[in-house]
Amino acid sequence: MAALTYHAPTTLDEAISLIANASLPAKVMSGGTDLIIQMQRMLQTDRLIVDVKKIPEMTAATLDEGGLKLGPALCCAKLTRRQDIKALYPGLVEAAYLIGSTQVQGRASVGGNLCNASPAADTIPALIANGAICLVEGTNGRRRVPVEAFVTGVGQNCLEPGEMLASLEIPQPLPRTQDAYLRFIPRTEMDIAVAGAAVSLTLDEDGICTAAKVAIGAVAPTAIVVPDAATALIGSRLDETALTAAAAAASDAANPISDRRGTVAFRRHVVGVLTRRAATLAAERVGALR
Amino acid sequence: MSEARAFKHIGQRTIRPDGFDKVTGKANYGADMSMPGMIWGAILRSPHAHANILSLDTTRAEASSDVLAVATFQDFPSVNDAAAAAGTLKSSLMETAENILAKNKVLYHGQAVAAVAARTEAAATAALALIDVEYEPLTPVLTIDAAIADDAPLLHPTMMTQGLLEPATEPSNIAARMELKKGDIEAGFAEAEVIVERSYNTPTVHQGYIEPHATVVRFDDNGPSTIWCPTQGHFDVRARVAQLLNLELGQLKVVASEIGGGFGGKTTVYLEPVALILSKKSGRPVKMTMTREDVFRASGPASASQSTIKIGAKMDGTITAMQATLHYEAGAFSGSPMGPGCMTVFTPYDVENLYVEGFDVVVNKPKVAAYRAPGAPQSEFAAEMAVNELAAKIGMDPIDLRLKNAAKEGTQTIYGPKLKVVGLEACLEAAKNSDHYRSSLGEHVGRGLAAGFWFNIGGQSSVIINLNPDGTGTILEGSPDIGGSRASMQMMAAEVLGIAPGKLNPIVADTEHVAYNQTTGGSRTTFATGMAVIEAAESVVDQLKSRAAAMWNVTAEQVEYSDGVAANLAGEDRLSLAEICANAEKTGGQISGTANINARGAGPSFAVHICDVKVDPDTGKTDVVRYTAIQDAGKAIHPSYVEGQFQGGAVQGIGWALNEEYVYSAEGVMENAGFLDYRIPLASDLPPIETIIVEVPNSFHPFGVRGVGETGIVPPLAAVGTAVAEAIGMPVTSLPCSPPKVLELLLSKS
Repeated sequence: MAALTYHAPTTLDEAISLIANASLPAKVMSGGTDLIIQMQRMLQTDRLIVDVKKIPEMTAATLDEGGLKLGPALCCAKLTRRQDIKALYPGLVEAAYLIGSTQVQGRASVGGNLCNASPAADTIPALIANGAICLVEGTNGRRRVPVEAFVTGVGQNCLEPGEMLASLEIPQPLPRTQDAYLRFIPRTEMDIAVAGAAVSLTLDEDGICTAAKVAIGAVAPTAIVVPDAATALIGSRLDETALTAAAAAASDAANPISDRRGTVAFRRHVVGVLTRRAATLAAERVGALR
Repeated sequence: MSEARAFKHIGQRTIRPDGFDKVTGKANYGADMSMPGMIWGAILRSPHAHANILSLDTTRAEASSDVLAVATFQDFPSVNDAAAAAGTLKSSLMETAENILAKNKVLYHGQAVAAVAARTEAAATAALALIDVEYEPLTPVLTIDAAIADDAPLLHPTMMTQGLLEPATEPSNIAARMELKKGDIEAGFAEAEVIVERSYNTPTVHQGYIEPHATVVRFDDNGPSTIWCPTQGHFDVRARVAQLLNLELGQLKVVASEIGGGFGGKTTVYLEPVALILSKKSGRPVKMTMTREDVFRASGPASASQSTIKIGAKMDGTITAMQATLHYEAGAFSGSPMGPGCMTVFTPYDVENLYVEGFDVVVNKPKVAAYRAPGAPQSEFAAEMAVNELAAKIGMDPIDLRLKNAAKEGTQTIYGPKLKVVGLEACLEAAKNSDHYRSSLGEHVGRGLAAGFWFNIGGQSSVIINLNPDGTGTILEGSPDIGGSRASMQMMAAEVLGIAPGKLNPIVADTEHVAYNQTTGGSRTTFATGMAVIEAAESVVDQLKSRAAAMWNVTAEQVEYSDGVAANLAGEDRLSLAEICANAEKTGGQISGTANINARGAGPSFAVHICDVKVDPDTGKTDVVRYTAIQDAGKAIHPSYVEGQFQGGAVQGIGWALNEEYVYSAEGVMENAGFLDYRIPLASDLPPIETIIVEVPNSFHPFGVRGVGETGIVPPLAAVGTAVAEAIGMPVTSLPCSPPKVLELLLSKS
């Protein structure tokens, strides 16, 4: 039977030291909702688990004029109750709200969702659309990585041995900016995205889109940015032509697989539909701003 | 009795006696049992869907100090004895054994090959690696089309199709064929002015009971061995295990634990015989449990099917001929519910000319088990879809079309008997008058309606009612309670005895404490076990009258008993049930009533369901927005549990129609063996399921009861399928109507 070593440090330095000096394969755990399931397949191997929930800044979320500084281990249930955060990034908060069940959200975190790097992770497209930056800390110092570059493949991220995700920095949105994240599942909840799309956009007083970022999920090995979709929206009033072009750009950018959850053709089509709908919803949200 | 009758307890919504323990976690299910000295068993499962076992070597496992026992197919004495050698053994028993532990071939991914027992669950699981199996993989056969192809690999190289007009000369994957006919099918089609013909298919689906299979078994040399397990029929567990292991029935005691759902899937044995072998070899009690993945891969799902339906009718809606060709997947071993599928397919219709042909086809998937009205949802889905297409074609309301051709008292069924009084027309009228059917439809919303039929069965039930000296008592029954039947038993006994239902504690007794009971299945329990309860209670009433008579020194004929009180017709004397019980010592000892019956006259239950769905035209996602289940209960003993059965059947049928299916890789490995990707509906996916209880009493039951447990899963497949077809304006022929399939239909249209 394999041995499991568990540590719950209370400072970031301690955590980094533990993973950097580990003689066993080390895993950083926040809520553990993915990791504990994966550990059932690793029962034959000794390993080290470093639980980072006891590190105060890992579970903090602070808003200032620079934007949101989000502790990667903050559980989704606490994040989704933050009306101040939801007002600025409703799509990101909704993405967090879609993960698992109410019970799971009491453990699961945005940082865990990101590091686990599932192609279908709900928060990743929403983070990307909002221009989120990962603050990575390690024994060799600190580096900043955009979320779209953080995830490198299915279940793969850019963390080097001895590094961990220390914080997520989500820039303050421009005035008259809102986001939206929509995913497709065959049910209403408790499911995994078959396709997902996040859009953040800025409208001027005349309703013309001046800035946009579009990211899609579950249709490629990683969530991907779709610049052509943003281009289609920028300069438009989100009219039919612009929305159709944005949807087509998302469908074109998709590189999905067929599996038990959906076919290539289905995912490709639906990610376009979701992009269109997310753009429309984000625009409605701008319109509703006081 | 069939006239209306005033009841005191029947028809009330009492608190179920098992409810508190279940909601507070006190109830003991299969995996909750532990015994002193207990060890754990684990099963080695096949990594191949189809392979010859070239060698199976347990030497290393047996040599391990961790391993206390090993079991393989060779440990079944009954299949190794002279009868097996002479080939006279019933093949079904041999197949049951091979499905529990493979013999020389594996026929589905996940099939049990060998088992070990060790001191802990983890040690047992780890020890599986010490069993060496050499396989020769064979091409898996995963669909009906692949199985019946001329060059199909054979699952059973000597299997000859039974039931052909000319005896089979070559082996095939078709285990059996049957045909049923009535009238002259050719003449019926010749008479027709309009013909509808279409083929349909349905996927492999699972019952989805929440509790995985589990058992704790203690072998005993000096008395009965004990099997504890969740089962719909502990007497049948006893019979099967005894047969497989050459034991007398008296050498086994089977205790039915609480059961977390069965729906037909817990009417067979998987772990129990293995655990008994392991317990006998180790001298220890053995516990075995399945994971959810094991349940999907290696317990019995429901058959996938392919059906072709042809209907001929006059333009006025008179159906002149109905024909069906039905193929059912049996899984690895013969025995799909092709028979009941053929028998039920057209039973809602009183039509002169019928012809049905059915085929039982083996494929490299787990052997199917019963699932709620086994066989009927598949065939009646196809028939009801075609009937709705006919209605659209001739421009007739689907209810009116059904009313014009509805089965009723005296209708000659294709499978034998003429129907007695049945409630199909009453259900159709109730549907027509329902608020739901009269409501209008919004954009992208389609409506489907379908009827459904299931026979229901009676059979053997045994009940003992014991009264205590204070007038309380127990009802010992042998029907595992999977749908609130203890409440119904309590109410029926209370009605006869004229006391409060809560005075009687209903107990699902083990195989040693009550005589044989057939399995809880076939919607039989409230009907048949209910009849036994009534008979036992009537026997108690007779005794109460005799005892009261003895106290008053009159004859029993001079005593009247009603509402829990005996009255002396010759005077003013009155004695309550409790008073008679309190004096039982003086009048001949304590009071019990027994009934051991073989119930006849189960009344079929018909249902009509109405479904509205909204289809997202851009994604193909289908949402059920309104649903009404209408069904004949004969007499609803406990209306809440009758409604619960209607709703449960509807929801399982909706899941079957919309998202549930076994997804297989080309190698025959199920890719969605968990509730994440095997998508049963969630509560949030569905609107409240509206119910209308129709009561057309069954004259063979003292209170008019018809079984209600199964019919409710029959109509939803076509009700949903038709609603989707209407919403998208395209024919639906294949279930499930999952979003990728519906979107493909939508895109093919535009």
